[in-house]
Amino acid sequence: MSTPSLEIKELAFAYPDGNQALYGVNIKIEKGERVALLGPNGAGKTTLILHINGIHAAGHGQVFVAGVLVDSKNPETLRNIRSRVGIVFQDPDDQLFMPTVGEDVAFGPYNMGLRGTELDKAVDQALILVGMLEFKDRPPHHLSFGQRRRVAVATVLAMKPEILILDEPSSNLDPASRRELAEILNSLDITLLMVTHDLPYAVELCPRSLILAGGVITADGKTTEILKNEQILKQNRLELPKGFSF
Amino acid sequence: MATPITFWVSYAFFFTLIIAVILIAKLPLLTVFKRSLIEIPFILFAVLMPFFGTGESFDFLGFTIYEEGVLAALSIIAKGTIGVLGAITLSATSTAKDILQGLEKLKLPAIMVNIATFSLRYINVVSDEMERMKIARIARGFQAQGLRDWKILGSAAAALFIRSYERGERVHLAMLSRGYTGQLPKISNELVSRKDLLSAAALPAIALIFSLTERMVF
Repeated sequence: MSTPSLEIKELAFAYPDGNQALYGVNIKIEKGERVALLGPNGAGKTTLILHINGIHAAGHGQVFVAGVLVDSKNPETLRNIRSRVGIVFQDPDDQLFMPTVGEDVAFGPYNMGLRGTELDKAVDQALILVGMLEFKDRPPHHLSFGQRRRVAVATVLAMKPEILILDEPSSNLDPASRRELAEILNSLDITLLMVTHDLPYAVELCPRSLILAGGVITADGKTTEILKNEQILKQNRLELPKGFSF
Repeated sequence: MATPITFWVSYAFFFTLIIAVILIAKLPLLTVFKRSLIEIPFILFAVLMPFFGTGESFDFLGFTIYEEGVLAALSIIAKGTIGVLGAITLSATSTAKDILQGLEKLKLPAIMVNIATFSLRYINVVSDEMERMKIARIARGFQAQGLRDWKILGSAAAALFIRSYERGERVHLAMLSRGYTGQLPKISNELVSRKDLLSAAALPAIALIFSLTERMVF
């Protein structure tokens, strides 16, 4: 069996103000798996994500990405880890900060040390994957929200990450953009961890789901089974849209 | 060293020169004039200067006018006007991106280029946010009328500041997540041709030559 893309062991974390967000989280995601991370607001989902690339330092426990320990005190391993963990944040305006789409997509691979034609190639490939190559020289604020989200996905794909992490990928998207993004995500050959409240989106994209609530994983299994279990949903403040069935 | 204000001929020449450039660049004169109104607050400030000061003075219509103050005021107005016209010409003939790339090529410290780059990127985001907040205020029946409403506008400005600050933190997180270690990629990559350099240097060079000539002649 190959090394898991992500392994989290007994991860606990409290913010400097004493607010405890995670109380011993255990997760193992194999290479190529697509997993949805579900949970109500304030469950600690974003906090958990920021541990995976070492922005938050684990209070207790460990995180391994492709078998490498995430050590937030070691800048060398951090650079390596951040090239393997691609996080797409919720608001594309936070993610796209360079003057043009192309320059923004180049930002990650540039930091990984790519230059010249190699860099151009990485940028073009990533933009092709999300169907945004023709927008390469446009400033991000001229794009629609859905297009900006796709470019945000490209900015991390350009780093060829081991695992792609998306924070609420379907939020604020119109139905067509939502479907287009799903098609793009489905077409990628990559390990995927998707944080979402959008349960139909989870069913569509992720065979497996985890529920994070109160700082611990309270459910882990097949998405369809978890979402059929009304008791689990109720306990974790999750709800399917009215009338939805699968 | 800057040209002293007493070298009138130089200033008249500089002014003619910048007007000539504006005409050559075929900039719409009305637009140039409207944009140069930004200078007015400085002129108001300069107008007050002759009334305050020390040193030689004379009486004029019952006011005490200080010679030093008059010179300083004229200096501000002359340099300000020429400076503003120069800036308008630059911004009207070059895109913001070209200006940033140029500054980088001219070795402006990276941190300043970066700050300008980020401002350019986020000015629309922040102004959109401001617009949405304004619409949200109006939608609930608010209309700014008098001094009392400044408190509300003030707290809206504060909210906007905090939102922008928090966005800054999120942007920083997103940058760290993509391996940012303190250095942004260079934004300029086009080579500067000799022709570009010569045409860019033409205006300041002519002005400099004229200024030096005047000093040597007089």
